[in-house]
Amino acid sequence: MEPAWFLLLLPLLAAAVIILFTRKWKTLSSAISVGAAAVAFLISLGLLGRNDEQVLAFRWMEIGDLRIDIGILLDGLSRSMMFTVTTVGLIIHIYSLGYMRNDEGKSRYFAGLSLFMFSMTGIVLAENFIMMFIFWELVGVSSYVLIGHWFTRNPPVEAAKKAFITNRIGDFGFLVGILLIWSLTGSLAFSGIQEGLPAAAAYPSALAIAVLCLFCGAVGKSAQLPLHVWLPDAMEGPTPVSALIHAATMVAAGVYMLARIGFLLAAAAPSAVLIAWIGGLTALFAAVVATQQDDIKRILAYSTLSQLGYMIMAAGLLATQAAMFHLFTHAFFKALLFLGAGAVIHACHHEQNIWKMGGLRKNMPLTFATFAIGTAALVAVPYVTSGFFSKEYILDAAWSQNGNLFWIAAIVAFLTPFYMIRLLLVAFFGRARSRHVEQAREVPLVMGVPLLLLAVPSIAIAWFSGLIEWIQIPHPEHHATHPIVLTVSILALLGGGGLAILFYRERASEPFRAAPVADKFYFDELYDGLVRYIQGGLASLSAFLDRSVIDGIAVKGIGRIAAGTGYLLRLIQVGNIQAYAFLFGMGVILTIFLLLAL
Amino acid sequence: MSILDFIILLPLAAALAIGAGLPARRTALAAAGLNLLLGLIALARFGNHDPSSGPAFAASRTVSRNPEIAWAVGLDGMSLVLLLLTVLVTFAALWQAGTPKDNVRLFYISLLLISAGSLGAFLTTDLFFLYAFHELALIPTFLLIGIFGKGDRRAAAWKITIYLAAGSLVLLAGLLLLVLALVQDGALTFDLAALAERAAAQPIGDSSQSLIYLLLLIGFGTLVALFPLHSWAAPAYAAAPTPAVMLHAGVLKKFGLYGLLRLSPLLPAGAERWLTLLLVLLLGNILFVGLVTLTQKRLDSMLAHSSVMHMGYIFLGIAAFQADHTLGAAGAVLLMFAHGLSIALLFALAGRLEEKLGSLDMTKLGGLAKITPRFAFLFGLAAFASIGLPGFANFTGEILVFLGGFQSLEPGAPLGGLQIATILAVWGVVISAVYMLRAYRAIFLGELTESNVTASLTDLTLSQKLPAGLLVAGLLVTGIYPWFLQRFLEF
Repeated sequence: MEPAWFLLLLPLLAAAVIILFTRKWKTLSSAISVGAAAVAFLISLGLLGRNDEQVLAFRWMEIGDLRIDIGILLDGLSRSMMFTVTTVGLIIHIYSLGYMRNDEGKSRYFAGLSLFMFSMTGIVLAENFIMMFIFWELVGVSSYVLIGHWFTRNPPVEAAKKAFITNRIGDFGFLVGILLIWSLTGSLAFSGIQEGLPAAAAYPSALAIAVLCLFCGAVGKSAQLPLHVWLPDAMEGPTPVSALIHAATMVAAGVYMLARIGFLLAAAAPSAVLIAWIGGLTALFAAVVATQQDDIKRILAYSTLSQLGYMIMAAGLLATQAAMFHLFTHAFFKALLFLGAGAVIHACHHEQNIWKMGGLRKNMPLTFATFAIGTAALVAVPYVTSGFFSKEYILDAAWSQNGNLFWIAAIVAFLTPFYMIRLLLVAFFGRARSRHVEQAREVPLVMGVPLLLLAVPSIAIAWFSGLIEWIQIPHPEHHATHPIVLTVSILALLGGGGLAILFYRERASEPFRAAPVADKFYFDELYDGLVRYIQGGLASLSAFLDRSVIDGIAVKGIGRIAAGTGYLLRLIQVGNIQAYAFLFGMGVILTIFLLLAL
Repeated sequence: MSILDFIILLPLAAALAIGAGLPARRTALAAAGLNLLLGLIALARFGNHDPSSGPAFAASRTVSRNPEIAWAVGLDGMSLVLLLLTVLVTFAALWQAGTPKDNVRLFYISLLLISAGSLGAFLTTDLFFLYAFHELALIPTFLLIGIFGKGDRRAAAWKITIYLAAGSLVLLAGLLLLVLALVQDGALTFDLAALAERAAAQPIGDSSQSLIYLLLLIGFGTLVALFPLHSWAAPAYAAAPTPAVMLHAGVLKKFGLYGLLRLSPLLPAGAERWLTLLLVLLLGNILFVGLVTLTQKRLDSMLAHSSVMHMGYIFLGIAAFQADHTLGAAGAVLLMFAHGLSIALLFALAGRLEEKLGSLDMTKLGGLAKITPRFAFLFGLAAFASIGLPGFANFTGEILVFLGGFQSLEPGAPLGGLQIATILAVWGVVISAVYMLRAYRAIFLGELTESNVTASLTDLTLSQKLPAGLLVAGLLVTGIYPWFLQRFLEF
């Protein structure tokens, strides 16, 4: 059997073994899960360094000439994505050993992580749309399980439900898109769709609609406007989950899918432009909202939204390589930031409000240093951070293709250092503002080492172009950034960062409050209203019609027929169901007898 | 005698034996277990059968020459899948069945008769027996609700009886007209293969087809709770004892769908004439009843409505099949199987919950996963299966139905009614996620409410998990590796 199959099946096996057999032995369960993640990491390392395309197929269904496989497609894109997923995945598995050490549901947690690794691997390796959709949904359910891990509290449970349903709305479009693409190109496999594309290109508007429907899937999974509302709430889950699923990997699945179908985007130019705009606007919207959040994880969540917006924008601008490169660097530094936030939360007895922290850099030097490195990468400190190179790549693509989007992206590049420096100053500098924070201790080694492991690539990865080439991440080695782009982004960094220092140095409370921004522009309220009044109203109306009209008329109608014949009515008057059933049976036999006598 | 004869006669014989004094529960379970085994043997041996040589395990005994009626059995892919569904659900339902205070014998005899009737209807190749077997199964259903039901059982039993009896009569009229329309040289036949041959050789006139198809649609439709003929289902399922609702919602209700799939190829013009009507009605099931499901406060009533809603997807597969999209038929059959297992599982678990808590009012429950994690896990599996999560058979069926809606569409052609209905039906997937997750959240997650209510609840024991595990296994195997069943479904 090809090793790639193990890549897919090992985490599933781990999850199944934990659920079925080792629930009671928590340490064993966690060891199984971490072991599976480690082996998966090694296998994905072994897959690197090859450039050929390989397809492995297992027949899942076959009807007439339609065959649907559980198929693995190994190419540069999937190999490099597998490397990202398994590397970050393994590090976060290890970190979880510390973070979830005393958790009651530790076995369930690690089963969930393994289930997630299985599902994510399936998306990455998928060779056709049906398989991608299958794992797309499975990622959704593993995210549901993990967000709702602490299921006896109401907020995580509500957040898990919201995440699943919001994703399903996106998946509605995704599935319709799959059906449309199938009818246009006659294939469900990516290679077959590419072959059928020339014929389908004769119907540009149908193709454009199909591509937009497919994009709906990415809007849900990558939390783009207007389906972004689930991601900030998903922070109710354990922090390692936020790092792995809701920052580094699962939410990047939408970007990965767009990269996978880059050839379709190229063939449907109007849709691609719209996609780029949705990405750009999401980046801007989320960056604005991030400036007024007080919960450390929510700030990072909105930052994730914003960075995902960058990637989606790049994909829409057909700069797939830039999107994937940013996905790659972002996975490491954003996981680092979340794990750092987790360390802080862990040390401060589950305090998440940055205004109640302060001065943490003294008690938690390692966490502070690595968090600062992650911040530097996110705000794209020139030439020394990985984030700089990938962000330049995206900005440059915008500059050369779409001036408006470039300026939007530049504003985002200004806002990012603003909210991150704010976070850093308020949480780590100044004086401790609560007793828990004063007594905060540095995290144990099992959590500290993962921080270091993620900090290294956040700085260094872009320097080793040989390594990057081996991983097959598309990267801008020979890429000359336009001087204006470079100037603008450095100015944005200095301006945003400087402004934040000006406003937030030595502050103990928020100096100014912009209610609409802090309240996320009221999207949640709007959707709650829609659900309550539109969906709820329609449902109540349907229930009313069902009771009064459909049931009422039918019952009366039958009653009248019965009265007309007098036959059924008498039966009803007998009032005894046994007697009726007997008579009914006799009636049937009589009918059959008459029939036979014909 | 064919193995199929044994499968049909075994539960009948067990019913007789119970009537004659053998211990009710043990006899019934033994028969169901043996039937499960026979069903699996039939599955294993069916693989060697060449489908072009007609149905497998065929056997026939003539009952009457003219009209030609025979006790005839035979197995093709579709009836194989329904056979497996029936034996699996029967075993689980009988295992699950408790012991009522009075009339224990009548209780088990009725359950066995439902099983036997369903098996007969799915395995016979004779239209006469197809109808008769269904009637055989229907009457004990009414009895079970009326005598052993709970809550407002009289009214519920009355309603389901009126509805389904009326539906059966319309169906009977349609079937008789169909047989009469296919008279050849003065010879009437009830043999399904012969009827199909005659219909192919000399199609029935368009206007007769139109009338017959409409009667069949109304008749079969009533039995399956096709919108707007569905209002018998919710009160009946809420009132019925658990094993009865498992057998009816899980198995017997599939009869109408099965019949429509079997007979609509005989009436292509009629099916085409009424396609738009069928599409509108099935969207009524999916969207309208889906919305009604959202408003349900009691778990049993919610499950009953969700079951009605999901019939819409199977009808969509049938509609696609009638438009010559064979994927739709395969999807419909797989979905019958999947829905049967998952709804039986959900009702089994709901039944246990009610037994322990005395109430299924979701507004008063909460946090049960804390004290009954295994139960919550199983219910979660069933809930996710029923909303079509990949990995469960339900997804396999649904995706085939949806593909059926778009099969052999010319590239760039404008979308027809079937495609638009399919897209709207895909939206139903969101609705079902909303009501299922809401219910799961309300019952199992969050904070425990009123500890006195939940004090008597204990987690499942191994013996209680067995039937549920059997149903879950069926759902998972077919979901993960559908080809093992789907390969028999060539239309």
